[in-house]
Amino acid sequence: MIPLIVTRYTGVSCLGQGVDAWWSALAGGRSGLRRCAFEDAALDTFVGEVEGVERVRLPEELAAFDCRNNRLAQLGLEQDGFAAAVAAARERYGAARIAVVLGTSTSGVGATEHAYRHRDPANGALPADFRYPETQNVFSLAAFVRASLHLDGPSHVVSTACSSSAKVFGSAARLIAAGLADAAVVGGVDSLCLTTLYGFRSLELLSNAPCRPFDVERSGISIGEGAGFVLLERSGDGVALVGCGESCDAYHMSTPHPEGLGARLAMERALAAASLAPEEIGYLNLHGTATRTNDVAEGRAVCDVFGPRTPCSATKGAHGHLLGAAGITEAIVAIMSLERGWLPGTANTRAADAECGCRILLEGEPADVRYVLTNSFGFGGNNCSLIFGRAH
Amino acid sequence: MTLQRPVPDTATRGLVTVHVEGIGLLAPGLVGWRAARSVLRGAARYVPGEMPRPGAELLPPAERRRCGDIARLALHVGAEALEASGARAADLPTVFASSSGNGEVLHQTCETLAGPVRDVSPTRFHNSVHNAPAGYWSIATGSREASTSLCAHQGTFAAGLLEAALQAVAERRPVLLVAYDAPSPEPLAAAVPIVAACGVALALGHEASKVAAARLDLEFAGGGELTPLADPGLERLRAGNAAAAALPLLAALAGGRAARVLLEYLPGLHVAVTVTPAA
Repeated sequence: MIPLIVTRYTGVSCLGQGVDAWWSALAGGRSGLRRCAFEDAALDTFVGEVEGVERVRLPEELAAFDCRNNRLAQLGLEQDGFAAAVAAARERYGAARIAVVLGTSTSGVGATEHAYRHRDPANGALPADFRYPETQNVFSLAAFVRASLHLDGPSHVVSTACSSSAKVFGSAARLIAAGLADAAVVGGVDSLCLTTLYGFRSLELLSNAPCRPFDVERSGISIGEGAGFVLLERSGDGVALVGCGESCDAYHMSTPHPEGLGARLAMERALAAASLAPEEIGYLNLHGTATRTNDVAEGRAVCDVFGPRTPCSATKGAHGHLLGAAGITEAIVAIMSLERGWLPGTANTRAADAECGCRILLEGEPADVRYVLTNSFGFGGNNCSLIFGRAH
Repeated sequence: MTLQRPVPDTATRGLVTVHVEGIGLLAPGLVGWRAARSVLRGAARYVPGEMPRPGAELLPPAERRRCGDIARLALHVGAEALEASGARAADLPTVFASSSGNGEVLHQTCETLAGPVRDVSPTRFHNSVHNAPAGYWSIATGSREASTSLCAHQGTFAAGLLEAALQAVAERRPVLLVAYDAPSPEPLAAAVPIVAACGVALALGHEASKVAAARLDLEFAGGGELTPLADPGLERLRAGNAAAAALPLLAALAGGRAARVLLEYLPGLHVAVTVTPAA
């Protein structure tokens, strides 16, 4: 594929607002996961909740979009000079030439959950102030971000569960390669909600402690929330997106292929798109959800492609599993590891599970790597691997 | 890293060309592409009636019971387009496009979560993801090719058509597009007005072939009136279901004549499709 330059990026998560806050937490080995106190959820689990979402106010003219998901988007757009960088790109290319391709899993479902708690006792109707197109519809996130950034280019929202905001890179790259856009805002947002908390509990996948990816004693996921955005251009200063590989497991709706077959295909296709050999990848940011089956399957796939020596880590112990925003969150971590010459460790993990096979960095370490790969795998067996690189 | 790259070939800049190799269609009164063709080209009257329950024979019986009607609709039309194209399902990347996804599961889940006992069923939870039909398709067909599931609200069909066409062109291989939407139960239906269920699938090839019925040239158009349908019942379906936004394109294909249709995409940005029947 034609490389695209990451000219700006930003994010919010439980690690903090702005990518420097993320980095200092990752560098310090700190986790943002806390005992779940979200709404009235009565669950013995830990979550990565972003502080202060209740106080975020959307611009008055965009008030119809108000919901937790779009508040997280707003908070993200305000960090790291991102909105200003997009405004400058808009001057260069024109508003119609910048695509907006974002990922989410549950969109603003919290707004629908709340509406169902306030139904009309007489006829069961939802409250009149429930605004489906601006909150619950999967596109609401991109509609909000386009309006907020004054962009008029092509746009859609990818919703393939936990690979959503990795796949946006591939989709944006295709739009730019075809000449339908000159630049793209890609990213993803997902917000804590009862649907995912109780949904993952029903699958018995919620850990009752902060999650420990690839640990021998791992016991499930910790759900997080947040927003991340990347500005992609054909030229400029920054690391480059050089490969994107997508695949399906064709196996099960909520359990990965036991041998990690789909995961392996995604990594192999990303390498092929980047015209790189496995040994050229210096670091892997793993999907690493910390469920028993996911980590074993991913570890096997990684060993099949890269052998047992490439340094790997999974950062969900720090920021939680951001589901539809996991891809963009971990893409940003991978980009920062390239730019800052340091590979993050695997927060909370004490003893790596040998059955998973790959080389798990428990602690962060400095490393001058040229290419990094990040994995995102979702329900429905939907997989995406991204490769970022820099010139020496 | 600083890269300077030329803009791609300016002669084709902003124009995407694909070829229709197979069509699937299911909606009230439009039961299969073959049967619906005469209605869409205006040779037979449109009688909505009751839509038959999608067969979705592709799925093993256990999965067919569990996946819900919306996934059955998607798989049913996908299989029809696939069969017409003669392609092997396992070879085809897929794009699934839906505005509202599974309203039934959304309703059931939110109702459960609003009640005293928050027992969400595991099956219902995995069926709640927007890409559930794509997941069932992959399992049923054994396809491990790329699959995306997307939404652009009322412009979802055009967004899916663009994404599928761009993939076909970029990868130089056929891609299957499946668009579907169906009404939600009350009380959600009042907030998500969808007049009736509709599923549309197109197998799109990157080059002309023996099976290709027409060439589609896609480009953006800043404005203009969306192409309407002559029959008021069909027009009501087009305007009231994001997947049925494809009907003007299908009507042009049914007519077998060169045509240009404007499809709803984003505010101020339509997708114009120039249809050229294969010689």
